[in-house]
Amino acid sequence: MGTVDYAVEMRDITKRFPGVIASNHVNLAVRRGSIHALLGENGAGKSTLMNILTGLLRPDSGEICVRGERAALRSPAAAIALGIGMVHQHFRLVQTFTVAENITLGMSRPRFALDMAPIEREVAKLSSEYGLAVNPRAKIWQLSVGEQQRVEIIKMLYRGVDVLIMDEPTAVLTPQEVRELFETLRRMTADGKTIIFITHKLDEVMEISDRVTVLRAGRDVFSCDTRETNSRELASKMVGREIGQAPERPPVAIGGPVLELRGLTAIGDRGTMVLAGIDLDVRAGEIHGIAGVAGNGQRELAEAITGLRRANSGRVLIRSKDMTNNTPRSIIEAGVSHIPEDRLGMGLAPNLNITDNAIMKRYRCSDMCRGPIVDATRARTWTSGLVERFAVKTPNTRTAVRLLSGGNSQRLLLARETSMEHKLVVAVHPTRGLDIGATEAVHSILLRERESGVGTLLISEDLEELIALCDRISVMYEGRIMGTVGRDELNLDDIGMMMAGVSAEGKGDVHLETGA
Amino acid sequence: MMADSMFVSILSAAVSSGTPVLYAALGELVCERSGVLNLGVEGMMLVGAVSGFLTAVRTGNLAAGVLAALVAGGLMGLIHAFMTITLKVNQVVSGLALTLFGTGLSGYLGKSMIGVPLAVTFSQAPIPGLSSIPVIGTILFKHDLLVYLTYIVVPFLWFYLYRTRPGLHLRSVGESPETADALGVNVFTIRYASVTAGGMLAGLGGAYLSLAYAPSWLENMTAGRGWIAVALVIFAVWDPFRAMIGAYLFGGIDALGFRIQVLGARIPSFFLKMMPYVFTIVVLIIVTATASRRSSRAPEALGLPYERE
Amino acid sequence: MRLVLEKRETVSPLYRLASPLLAIIMALVLGAAFLAASGFSPVKVYYYMWWGAFSDWYGISETLVTSIPIMLCALGVALAAKMLLWNVGAEGQFHMGAFAAAWVALSMPNAPSWQVLPLMVLAGMAAGAFWALLPGVPRAYLGVNEIITTLLLNYVAIYWVEYLVHGPWRDPVSLNFPLSAPFSSAARLPSLFGTRIHMGLVFALVAAGLIWFALGRTKWGYEVTVIGENPRAARYAGMNIERNIVLTMCLAGALAGLGGMAEVSAIAGRMTRQLSPGYGYSAIIVAWLAKLNPWAVALVSVLFGGLLVGGYSAQVIGVSAASVNMLQGLMLFCVLATEALGRYRVRAVHAAVRGSGEEESIDG
Repeated sequence: MGTVDYAVEMRDITKRFPGVIASNHVNLAVRRGSIHALLGENGAGKSTLMNILTGLLRPDSGEICVRGERAALRSPAAAIALGIGMVHQHFRLVQTFTVAENITLGMSRPRFALDMAPIEREVAKLSSEYGLAVNPRAKIWQLSVGEQQRVEIIKMLYRGVDVLIMDEPTAVLTPQEVRELFETLRRMTADGKTIIFITHKLDEVMEISDRVTVLRAGRDVFSCDTRETNSRELASKMVGREIGQAPERPPVAIGGPVLELRGLTAIGDRGTMVLAGIDLDVRAGEIHGIAGVAGNGQRELAEAITGLRRANSGRVLIRSKDMTNNTPRSIIEAGVSHIPEDRLGMGLAPNLNITDNAIMKRYRCSDMCRGPIVDATRARTWTSGLVERFAVKTPNTRTAVRLLSGGNSQRLLLARETSMEHKLVVAVHPTRGLDIGATEAVHSILLRERESGVGTLLISEDLEELIALCDRISVMYEGRIMGTVGRDELNLDDIGMMMAGVSAEGKGDVHLETGA
Repeated sequence: MMADSMFVSILSAAVSSGTPVLYAALGELVCERSGVLNLGVEGMMLVGAVSGFLTAVRTGNLAAGVLAALVAGGLMGLIHAFMTITLKVNQVVSGLALTLFGTGLSGYLGKSMIGVPLAVTFSQAPIPGLSSIPVIGTILFKHDLLVYLTYIVVPFLWFYLYRTRPGLHLRSVGESPETADALGVNVFTIRYASVTAGGMLAGLGGAYLSLAYAPSWLENMTAGRGWIAVALVIFAVWDPFRAMIGAYLFGGIDALGFRIQVLGARIPSFFLKMMPYVFTIVVLIIVTATASRRSSRAPEALGLPYERE
Repeated sequence: MRLVLEKRETVSPLYRLASPLLAIIMALVLGAAFLAASGFSPVKVYYYMWWGAFSDWYGISETLVTSIPIMLCALGVALAAKMLLWNVGAEGQFHMGAFAAAWVALSMPNAPSWQVLPLMVLAGMAAGAFWALLPGVPRAYLGVNEIITTLLLNYVAIYWVEYLVHGPWRDPVSLNFPLSAPFSSAARLPSLFGTRIHMGLVFALVAAGLIWFALGRTKWGYEVTVIGENPRAARYAGMNIERNIVLTMCLAGALAGLGGMAEVSAIAGRMTRQLSPGYGYSAIIVAWLAKLNPWAVALVSVLFGGLLVGGYSAQVIGVSAASVNMLQGLMLFCVLATEALGRYRVRAVHAAVRGSGEEESIDG
């Protein structure tokens, strides 16, 4: 019994997977009643470590102590029984059930007949105690992302969790919701609960955490009280080197518009208006970024432009030609490339080989076919060239795409999309889930495109990425463009406010006027 | 007067004709609610019909026949469960295989039973008191035990699905097995149980045909009712009461077919036989085309095998 | 210690080739169990079946004859399945093809062969295509489940044929049997080598070749492959999915309809209600066993033809025709089971700890 009261201690934890050591003798000590940040990049081992703590994985070696006692966390249920629970990045909720039904799912009492009233009351009680406003009777699909997250938190509290692990909780929240979440977390710690906060966002670590541990490549490289460090130090520990310079952006002449959207509206999958009148343009040689929290219509915007979603009203002009609601095929032939959000579900056919995937948009071209027959030799040669130019790591062009790594399949996708005749690239979250090397490769390809006079619409949640690459950034909120900011007038506060729904109009026009 | 009693008799026939389809549809409903598609219903019904008949003839005991049908249907359901849940075989193909196998098996087993009369059958058992109510009494309460059983099973199933914890867990497995699994709900057990129960109910529906409705054994006597049951579940939006309505509707068309000839219309009997199938197709198209709202969606995870990552 | 099923990354190619064979053997073994349980000697039954189907030239020719309608239907089923379309309606499309061909034949009793036969072929294919179009269009544009619609249409087609042979087409000469008048000899599809094997076999083999070529080399075949693998990607890449669904269904129906035309013209010679002992359903099993490959379909169809013919001869010793159906169903099961097992490895695991690195295992 030391002088410090630890909620959780993980000692010398090691976990191996085929080909990689996900956790390498990691130590983590979390004080009771504190908010402990776990910082690291994609692939640093944060998720593995927390999966071990919540009983999803067993470590190869090492031990875990909960409240000072050795614990064997054999399963998520065992972890919850010890008071440890996690709110995942991708919510585990049944969309068609109500809030209360989701919260009581998996519990063993009441055993047979379900009376929802007492459950709803308990939910309401927890809800008001911690500032997590939510209607117990609402169906999940009716709730916003922020509200759904609150349901996940209440779900854990309902089960008596007092060590709550939150995995990248702010990725899907507006700045206002982030503030509300932090308020909730403070109330919880004041109540004696402990929070482990997984993130890669430095400013949040500095704002909310009491202590921070940095993971890099499976090792814990740094731990200290937050007030004794700063962003810069943490960033360099995270990455292992001094923060690189932003990529080079040679000046490029901006040409005429390749994409113009006028008053574009569209209905979403839930039947609500998901695009509420978009006015936007992208010029040749420009990278125009769309910032905003995912779920504000970005995906649907890309779909409406590329012909995969019906536009209700308004116009889509590609190279000044009206192509509103044209077929995907005619839009492709008009010179529009699309790098979709869902790489393996939409951009590629994972079970087919690389060649089959590479010619997906080219097989109709006269150089790729002779009459109704596809020229297999030509297809193979062209694919080999593509693979080489874009350094896609693969044994040969007959390998199935599903065997490629995430970075390589994205390279293949980009290779295909930028090698066709095109003047506009629509890129949706192109670096999501990729490691640094792959991300940098994507960035350099996008910049190369820019130099060759292609216009790019870059939709991304990563503000740093947008700031590094874009000439202009527009912010989307609830299906509208809240404002557009030029490179020279970038102001993170303004952008943050726009992301939360406050338009830039009140602050004077901030459009970039180019001499077009 | 004639038209009146004809109307009543058609409705009454609708109930009895719809009952086998209802049992099968209820079974399929439970199965699909847990996320597993079972296209072997037709085969399971036939196997239930033949086992029930065989057993009843050999033992002279109807209860034994019903039990045999339940066991036979349940076994087939168990096979489907094993193939699709443990071996993760494509659910469509496994179901089709079961239909083909069940059809063949039932023909094989029933060869010696064609034309054999059943000594004891489920005879009409009018409920005293209730059956004397004009119109409704004849339509609903002058049937046999197996029909009355559905009057209990349907509301019980509704209550089970929507007002009990096991029902909540069942539905969660069909909507989002990952979520259910993460919360400690046993996805595999629930799916196994649901698919097997579906098979049992399908077998019971088949037994109704051979032990009460016909009663006799004929090769392929279900004549596609199993498939109608699958379509019915979609029409019923996976709800037991709507399934009941749909089944009786189908039964009505079926019964109408017989009676139209009596009414003097000179429509060849084969066209009348086509009616239920065409009707089902049209209904299916309409229902699928108009089902865009959230409330009429299938269980999210229907047809997808679950693999714990 | 417990047994664990563990997923393999890729299926060994040797297993892929061997598994259908394994499946057939498994099915025969299980079938033997059923036969034995019913008091037959399985060896005797199988011997009769083999003898009936393959022992002499007559048997072989009957096998080939029986394989023709199966082959045509199965080619259609396999083609549709490449695009993830479940065409369970081959039986109905077959009957409609037979009906249309019979209609042409009965309407042109005096026409010469070179006129009436091509028309019958066209009519048969068109009718089959139409019967597949009916469920195909709602599937393409409304997402209506084609398994149920194609299947229910089978019943409608069969009742339609029954209506015709019991009613307007009934041959007054035939003593009230449900048969149509016989076709003129001009309307009979010619046979090959003086046996009962007819032109239908040529149709089937040509069709298999065309399909194999089209799927492997043409733009259309490429589209079918991509749509079958990932419809979302296909749409994203600009492929017209709806049109392809309708087209493929129609082609599948046309093939089955051609099978019906060939059967009614070459073998039956008149419209009857006994045209098919379930060729359309056997076709489904054949297509799966053949893993959708057109040449394998041809081969497996011959096998199934042999199975049916063998089943007929086994009736001599009292085994019912239904046993053949049962065996077919068993075979599909075994195919599924062997396919699934090929994707897994069985391992015996010692330590009771999940995910721990110290597992001793014995590869099974």
